[in-house]
Amino acid sequence: MTATRVLHLTVNGTHRSVAIEPHRPLLDVLREELDLTGTKECCAVGECGACTVLVDGRAVNSCLVLAVEVDGATVTTVEGLAPDPDRLSRLQDAFLERGAVQCGFCIPGMVVSARYLLATNPSPTVEEVREGLSGNLCRCAGYNRIVDAVLAAARAER
Amino acid sequence: MRAFDYARPATVADAVGLLARHRGAAKVLAGGTDLVVGLRQHTLTPRLVVDVKGLEDLPPAVTGTGGAVVIGATAVMADLARHPLVRRHLPALVEAAEVVGSIQIRNRATLAGNICHASPAADTVPPMLAYDAQVHVSGPAGERRLALADVILGPGRTALEPGDLVTAVELGVPRQPVGAAFARMTRRRGVDLASVNVCCSVSADGVTRFAYGAVAPRPFLVADDTGTLADPEGGEDRKAALLEELIARASPVSDVRASREYRVAMLRVLSRRTLATSIDRLARAMAAGGEGR
Repeated sequence: MTATRVLHLTVNGTHRSVAIEPHRPLLDVLREELDLTGTKECCAVGECGACTVLVDGRAVNSCLVLAVEVDGATVTTVEGLAPDPDRLSRLQDAFLERGAVQCGFCIPGMVVSARYLLATNPSPTVEEVREGLSGNLCRCAGYNRIVDAVLAAARAER
Repeated sequence: MRAFDYARPATVADAVGLLARHRGAAKVLAGGTDLVVGLRQHTLTPRLVVDVKGLEDLPPAVTGTGGAVVIGATAVMADLARHPLVRRHLPALVEAAEVVGSIQIRNRATLAGNICHASPAADTVPPMLAYDAQVHVSGPAGERRLALADVILGPGRTALEPGDLVTAVELGVPRQPVGAAFARMTRRRGVDLASVNVCCSVSADGVTRFAYGAVAPRPFLVADDTGTLADPEGGEDRKAALLEELIARASPVSDVRASREYRVAMLRVLSRRTLATSIDRLARAMAAGGEGR
């Protein structure tokens, strides 16, 4: 009844094939089958944004996407944002330089949402950054430095 | 999640066939932002999930056809909210679609899903009611169109039968100049359901309509056909009394998001705010020769 099927995905620029059952969320497949544990599981009902990834360039909650739905898609996780294994992106560097990371659990989702924001709006205002990250919760409440980091990254990328 | 089978049919007829064969044991998947929550929490335990994102013969995301805007069942909130036709003719729907869930949710969630999930607090339902939405349904017996008010029956309950698939939502472009506005109250900004949501529309013939959400088992329409609320010269006392009559049709409950009393108070506030915005937008639409709404 619930036959395993083989998915073909481009994850962080690399073609990946993975055999999964239909009831596996994309989040689980990324973490457990592809060992991409940067994407975090937290609320698992689409409220906190810790599991945010880009599917065909658009930010989504990977906890609410079935992996079978994205067969053939291009997926970018936080691991795919850095230009190479030894170097972080300017956006990630900005998070470190601005001290935006406290416990760190929300940060992969924050960074991916920020990447999506800057891709669609390269020069956001403070309000636009807050709106752009409003689907991501930080329970350390370290929002000001996170917003600062995104604004700094936007300036650095211009 | 419990195990289920997954199908991604290529045509509406195939999807309807699958849904009809499995009757209540199949669920439709479009954006999944409500469905997958139900699957995860075991409140939904289908044997088959039918993904409708591969249907080749669904209407396109947004099309304008003779006095109506048709929005396909798989168009996501983010896309329809920035579509020029929707922005031009249906600004109150844009205002609602732009606050549903979060950016991540709006990249997946659909209008059709908002209807089929039948939440009393669904943000896009009041504007769809105000714009006289017709729901295009394909079922085993063929295609039919239902008024949105006849589709949503109560919390999580619709008039759709097993085997029915919503293929599109058709919104009427008003024949006369209309001003419309949407507003809602939430506990926090972002990723919250509405405690109260309201869509108002005021048309050039003086009719004022409100669609109220989260204050009854389903969103519903009320109207002032007397022209009193829309009249800039109308007496404040008469307007207030009339508004109270309309608000009295709501039957809010107290829950985790708001008390009954707070909902009634906010209904009053949001009604006045959306009415003022609608009158303003109507005036601008009239000044522009009925073009902007």
